[in-house]
Amino acid sequence: MNTTGAEALIRSLEKKGVEIIFGYPGGSVLQIYDLLRDSSIKHVLTRSEQAAAHAASGYSRVTGRVGVCLATSGPGATNLITGIATAYMDSIPLVAITGQVSTDMIGKDVFQEVDITGATAPFTKHNYLVKDVKELPRIVKEAFYIASTGRPGPVLIDIPKDVAAAVFEYTYPERVDIRGYKPNYEGHPLQIQKAVKAINRARQPVICAGGGVVSSGCHNELLKLAEKCKIPVAMTLMGLGSIPGEHELALGMFGMHGTYFANKAVSQADLIIAAGARFGDRAIGKRDKFAPNAKIVHIDIDPAEIGKNIDTYIPIVGDLKRVLAKILEGTEEVKEREWLNTIKKLKTEHPLKYEKSEKLKPQFVIEKLYQLTRGRAIVSTEVGQHQIWTAHFYKFSEPRRFITSGGLGTMGYGFPAAIGAQLGRPEERVITISGDGSFQMNLPELATALENNLPIKIIVLNNGTLGMVRQLQDFYCNGRHSCVDFKFVPDFSRIAESYGALGVRIQREDEVEDALKTVLNSDKPAVADVIIDSDEKVFPMVLNNSPLSEMIGGY
Amino acid sequence: MKHTLSVLVENHPGVLSRIAGLFSRRGFNIDSLAVGTTEVPDISRMTIVVNGDDYIVEQVKKQLNKLIDVIKISEIDPVNSVTRELVLIKVNADTSSRSEIIQIVEVFRANIVDVNKDSMIIEVVGDEGKVNAMQELLSQYGIKELVRTGVIGLNRGPKTIK
Repeated sequence: MNTTGAEALIRSLEKKGVEIIFGYPGGSVLQIYDLLRDSSIKHVLTRSEQAAAHAASGYSRVTGRVGVCLATSGPGATNLITGIATAYMDSIPLVAITGQVSTDMIGKDVFQEVDITGATAPFTKHNYLVKDVKELPRIVKEAFYIASTGRPGPVLIDIPKDVAAAVFEYTYPERVDIRGYKPNYEGHPLQIQKAVKAINRARQPVICAGGGVVSSGCHNELLKLAEKCKIPVAMTLMGLGSIPGEHELALGMFGMHGTYFANKAVSQADLIIAAGARFGDRAIGKRDKFAPNAKIVHIDIDPAEIGKNIDTYIPIVGDLKRVLAKILEGTEEVKEREWLNTIKKLKTEHPLKYEKSEKLKPQFVIEKLYQLTRGRAIVSTEVGQHQIWTAHFYKFSEPRRFITSGGLGTMGYGFPAAIGAQLGRPEERVITISGDGSFQMNLPELATALENNLPIKIIVLNNGTLGMVRQLQDFYCNGRHSCVDFKFVPDFSRIAESYGALGVRIQREDEVEDALKTVLNSDKPAVADVIIDSDEKVFPMVLNNSPLSEMIGGY
Repeated sequence: MKHTLSVLVENHPGVLSRIAGLFSRRGFNIDSLAVGTTEVPDISRMTIVVNGDDYIVEQVKKQLNKLIDVIKISEIDPVNSVTRELVLIKVNADTSSRSEIIQIVEVFRANIVDVNKDSMIIEVVGDEGKVNAMQELLSQYGIKELVRTGVIGLNRGPKTIK
């Protein structure tokens, strides 16, 4: 059947089961948008391309499906970049489609031309410039395959205008076969045996659960292993929700802003089982002092992560779900473990805490939010102090409920990601916990939320400053604050009202509960502008070049 | 320590830039890089000489393997292999020095491929050691221009990396 390239694209996307595209139109994608009008695929028009990429990423994080975003050539494409890089750092499957100028104009610096495949090569899993329309169906199929298999990640397809218009005989390929891409899913049986032995012998084991637990969907296997062998579980920021936050074996987050007991447990462990965690710099503290007494079992789908940051005693390359299931079979059940008493003592003697004062404390607001939602919301955050407070005080009961930019640390991510999350899971309550700095980066997306009737709740922890940077300046610049305090901060509740959303302002502790209830019970998008203590810091904190066991504050 | 990697890649436009980009953004140093097509028309072979310790080379291999366009990587055995590089050297050569240079060329089994009244172009094929020795000897006459192809190589024996 003869179709144009644009038709072939839409058909291939429909065939892949794509139900939603986040995008922004433009001159190089006219044909594609023309066909989207009549397609079964829903298009969500964001207010900037960056938000489209973040929304696709939020959609992917809650549903586990591939998120799709679409933008025109040139500035449309470059605006996607932050979203693509964010997805790359957190291994989120995304297919980004960009328009491109006509093939005969490429390289001539024509209007809205940019080399987007060149620009995104460092932070896409793969990308394509489609030069021959006949290759388009295969490329679309490959892009989804590459994005969603192995270690997931973003793939970009750049489609020149003339390729979208070209007519050809469309056939959709049955199979994908890429000779340079064969992910290894089955862990090596000998290595698995070694890991089982190490676990059976360990006296003080700790599981370090990362984002791989979420993407491989192995939280059940992980929980079973932890319970069977009585192994406490520390989580990375990306791994929160790997086991229920209130579980007695859960240690919360470890790392630069880890809990006291997680960091101590990791530092005292004799065996670390890193499950889909890459030992990122924010998670391990001073590298050569990380878990000094521990042997390390490192399970990851990406062979390049093994031995990259930390030397590994037993490396296992494979799909975490399959590997953990096999480890689970081999391990002996543990009845009593002395180590757990040590952990329990650490937890009760040094819980997460904060000092109350006259001023409203952000941690209190998050605790209240946790109570009122009974831990059942999907919570996205931006990046900064509020992100870590959320990681500490909102206990996630399962994976795919905490949506945050962990690797790239992208301010402006949380709110558009919440838009994608709400569209992916319409039945869930979606909340964004934000700061006044981050919220101002993608604030215009309020219009997208209103337009699509998305009852997202935005809790702006407003301290009138870029709190995390300010805190860093306190520690590393002798308290000399440079360019972090805003001289002007708008009233976010009134901004919300002008969009037709609900806006409330919270300034005192005794207002919090009622105001949050009003916000949560509203069927509209709602913004709570919460004026908090601007001197509040994120604790515990591990300073640069300190081992995880040396923390300051907060316990 | 130098390691020579033989890398089979898809013969697509843009593959070279992906590989070069990977080296620069991960901070790996390329000593030399030679690319050409192979006996299979849609596969190219790159021979990359990397300078680094075992950790670096391990990382280089793993990161290269992550590129979808990279089909296979193997390391050229430093002992049991044949490696060659071709170099063209334009060297000052007037009547007084010409015969000396010709002697050097003969000793090294190199070729003179162009002569004029002030200079000549010498073609040397060999492993890195030979090429470096030749270059050093000729430098006394004044090297006007020099171009190297970069090392290429194959492991000895019937084994292939396909």
